[in-house]
Parts: sequence; structure tokens; C-alpha cells
Amino acid sequence: MLDGMKKSNAKLIAYGGFLAVAIAFPFISPNRYYLTVVTLGFIYAIAVYGLNLIVGYLGQLSLAQAGFFGLGAYVSGLLSLKLHLSFWISLPMAAVVTTLVALLVGLISFRTRGHYFVIFTLCIGVIINLVIEKWDDLTGGVRGLIGIPRPTSIGPIDFISLESQYYLVLFFLSLTIFVMSQIASSLVGRTFKSIRNSEELAATLGINVMRNKLLAFGIAAFFTGIAGALFAGYIRFIGPDISNPHLTFEFLLFLLIGGQATIAGPLVGTLIATGLTESLQFMQEYRMVVFGALLIIIVKFFPGGLVGAAMKLKTKIEKRMNKANKSVNAPSKGENHAAKNRGFN
Amino acid sequence: MLLKTEALTKNFGGLTALNKVDFEIQESEIVAIIGPNGAGKSTFFNLISGYYPACSGTISFLGKDMTRTPTHEFACRGIGRTFQTTNLFTDSTVLDNLIIGYRSKTKMGMLDAIFNTSRARRDEGASREKATEVLEFIGLTEVKGQPVGNISQEAAKRLAIGLALVTEPRLLLLDEPAAGVNHGETNELAKLIKKIQQTGTTVCLIEHKVQMVMNLAHRIMVLNYGSKIAEGTPKEISNNERVIEAYLGGTAHA
Repeated sequence: MLDGMKKSNAKLIAYGGFLAVAIAFPFISPNRYYLTVVTLGFIYAIAVYGLNLIVGYLGQLSLAQAGFFGLGAYVSGLLSLKLHLSFWISLPMAAVVTTLVALLVGLISFRTRGHYFVIFTLCIGVIINLVIEKWDDLTGGVRGLIGIPRPTSIGPIDFISLESQYYLVLFFLSLTIFVMSQIASSLVGRTFKSIRNSEELAATLGINVMRNKLLAFGIAAFFTGIAGALFAGYIRFIGPDISNPHLTFEFLLFLLIGGQATIAGPLVGTLIATGLTESLQFMQEYRMVVFGALLIIIVKFFPGGLVGAAMKLKTKIEKRMNKANKSVNAPSKGENHAAKNRGFN
Repeated sequence: MLLKTEALTKNFGGLTALNKVDFEIQESEIVAIIGPNGAGKSTFFNLISGYYPACSGTISFLGKDMTRTPTHEFACRGIGRTFQTTNLFTDSTVLDNLIIGYRSKTKMGMLDAIFNTSRARRDEGASREKATEVLEFIGLTEVKGQPVGNISQEAAKRLAIGLALVTEPRLLLLDEPAAGVNHGETNELAKLIKKIQQTGTTVCLIEHKVQMVMNLAHRIMVLNYGSKIAEGTPKEISNNERVIEAYLGGTAHA
């Protein structure tokens, strides 16, 4: 009980700290360029949280995520560009359509397992990418969608300035993190983890594996769709490239760097990786050499990513401190007594 | 009658692993299935726990046909099982294993989780309570916080049984519960199985340790090459010629 309270306190402090820094960031950021990079990083992070739910918690490597990201972006972009719908309608529509498509895809793809599932979802990603690229009349093909309207203002709050868009994205990121941490710590999240651990055992215990997989897949797609819609409203120009499987692998890279099946992992990984990408711009495509090496080191030595490694280190230190405390306290009961007595004197 | 199979058959390619087995399990008895290696014992288990679909024949449980029921429904209807190779959620603690084992009895969904509704809290509380209760029953309260990888082989066997018990089964299927544990521990496990039966749960087990089976079981079915060759009380079975032949290869008369 006490332990649980301590844990939730630590959690609150972590969230509070993140939010405080994130809210203050536009004021302390030395230039606007950093703000653009971080905003984009936050958008990607939302999608990576979706991937984390499937890959990290459920243990199913889905490679369709960029497809869902693109789908969300195009649904939102088309609705606001062609039908002049408000962003506040097109964004939820994007999330809902992406979720529905994912559920349909999931119904078929979850009949396969392991490598077959990976290949199947990769194909789904490619198909979505191709549909977007080839459906010229609707999507504008390789030319993309140009001049997507900004997020519609709500009363006095508009989203014209960079700062206001940053806060808009931060709002959705916080929402995502909140939902994901609620899921992760609940019985629902434990159910996902049990499926990752052993599908057979989970089914034997009466857990409907298919339904839980669909649930996780749907939620993941929901947030990926939101990320896509935010991207469309922020960048305001989208091309078929944003649904390219290449982006899925980038999301995966972010996730592996940060740490799968952790709550902080997607954010940490995305920010570090996008930060690195930007600072390695001068290397152009050779920067993948750096990422390649980094990924090998992480997968080999820190399979839990940076956050996983940090948590391991923390438990190690706590254990050592406990041990040290015990060895200091245990044999010196008499001494303690003596010390107390001295204190009184 | 609790469970009944009629002409239950399973083929793997050209191999008939189980051939037209008729069997019945009565309420609150301990029945054992024995037979040489490869006789089809585990296949029989895998069929009556819904792990594999049957090729032909029927399974009925509490009078309802279960032949085409999906795997996870078996647990919900009251059939729990353990596996020959101790199968646990290796990345969590002893207590967490049991908590997730109770999941099929809880109702909370995604929205309950997100908004931490009263149903979510009630379900979490009930799971914890049930897990603690079973933990005590199987005698593992002391190691409840340990990761599963740290506990002994015998404790892992107990936990696997506990995991099946958390689902509140009417019929508990145990696949070699005492494989790979020493003599003293075998007796302890036998006691646990007896205790489970006394609480009103029917037990069906596969076991190679003849002594244990003879002491525990009310009835025994013997399988050989996928067919039932004998069924009866331990005494009847130990005097059955076909059984002796199956185990000793026909040299009994020589």
C-alpha cells in the first residue's frame, strides 16, 4: 500500500516535472528553430506511443504504423481542405477512420503470428502508401495536398503562432501519455503483457486473445491517426511520403532507443533521436551510419532502451543502498542504543 | 457427469494420436490418465481443454457440447489446466501471475482503465483478493513478491496449479504435476491435489509416477497408441493384463 503510494507520488513528480519543463520551453528556448523541432518531435512521439502499445506491451511487431499515420493526415487534410470542415471535426474523424481501418486490418492480420504478422502488416503499410500515391483524383498523388488550413481557432484562442501550435500539440501529447499510463498500470495493460509473454497461457486462462489484440491495435491506430492529423495541421503540406514504411522504421528506432513497454520511453527516444537527426544534418544521409551503430549498441546492451537501462540502474542502486543500510544497522543495535543514550546526555 | 467424450479422435497428418476415445469424468473425483510415452495422454488433455480442435468425436461438459468452442471459452466455462512444461508468465512476479489469471472473471474494459472507474477499482481489488487467497491455498505466500524466475521448480509447479485454480475451475486438468521434482516434494504436491479435490474441484491428471497415481486416483484410464486399453480402479488396473503388456512389452507371461 505504502509502496504503491510512493510509486504514484514519484509518478506525479515525474509528470509534473515534464509538464513544467514542457510549458516553460517556448520561453527558455533560445530560438524558434528548436521549437519547430520539438513540436514535430512531440507529434511523432504520439505515434510512437501507439507503436509502443502494440510492440512493447502486446508484443506484436506491426509495421503498418506509418500507413495509419498517413491515413490520419490525409483524412484530416482532405476534410479540412476539400470540405472546409473545422479542424476540431476533421481531427476526430481522422482518428475514427484510422481506427476503423486498423480494426479491419487487425481482424485479418491477427490470424497470422510471428514473422507472418510482421510481413502482413508491412504489406498493409505499403498498400496504404500506394493508394495514397496513386489515387490522384482524391489525394493529389505525388503532388500531395498543399495549403491545408491551420487548426481552427477556439473562441479567442487561435493557432497561428508557433507557440500556440506547440501548446496544442503538447496538449494532445499529455493526453496520450495519460491514457497510455492508465492503460499500462491497469488490468487491461497487464492482459496485453500476458499475451506478449505467452499467448497460449493467456488463452488457457480464459483471456480472449483476439479481442485484446484488436483492442490494442485499435487504440494504437487511434493515437497514430491523431498524430497524423496534427502533422497535417502543423506542416500544412503533406505528400505520400508520410505514409512510407520508411517512417515506420523511424518510429521503431525512436521506440527502441527510448525503451519499449515503458511510459517515458517513446517520448525520450523520439526527442533524442529527432534531436540527433537535426544536429547531424551536416552528414546528410550518412547520419544513418551513426543511428545504425547506436541501434546496435542499444539492442545489444540495453534491450530495454535508455529508459529501461535507467530503471535497471535505479533498482540496482536501491538494492545496494538497502544492503548498505542493513549492514550498517543490523550488527550495531547496541551501538544505536549507545548513540541514543549519548544524545540524551 | 461432468465431462464426457465420445469417439474423440485427433490426427496429426497421417498419425492418429488419439483414436475414438470414450471417457467420462464424474463430479468431485480424482481420475488419472496413464500410458507409455506417446500414448496420446497429452493430446487427450489438449483436446478436452480446447487447446486443439478435435478431428472427430464430441466433448461435452456439464451436458453442453464443447467440441467447437474456442480455447479461451473453456476456462470461462470451468475447465482449468496446467501444462507439462511448467508454463508461467516469466516476466512478472508470483502474485502478478495469479492476478492476471483472474482476468477472465473481471469485466473492466479499456474505458474503465482510462478513467479508473469504480468498476476498474473493484475488479483490481477482487483480482488481488482472489490471488492472495489462492496464494495461501498453494502455500506460496512467502514468495509472492518474487519474480517467477527466482522460485524453485516445486514452487513453480505449485504456482502453475494455482494459476489454473484462480480461474475457479469445476474441472482441473493437471499434466504431469510431479514431473522433475524429488520424492518429498512429490508427496507435498499429492497433498495439494487431494486438498483441491476436497474443496469440491474435480481433478484429472496425467502422471508417470505410479505410486502417486495409485494413492491418489479413484479411477484410472490407460491409453496406448492413442486408444483406450483399460479403465478402472487402481487395483483393477494394476492387475490388468493388457496394461502390463503395454508397459512391459508382453514379457509378463514369459
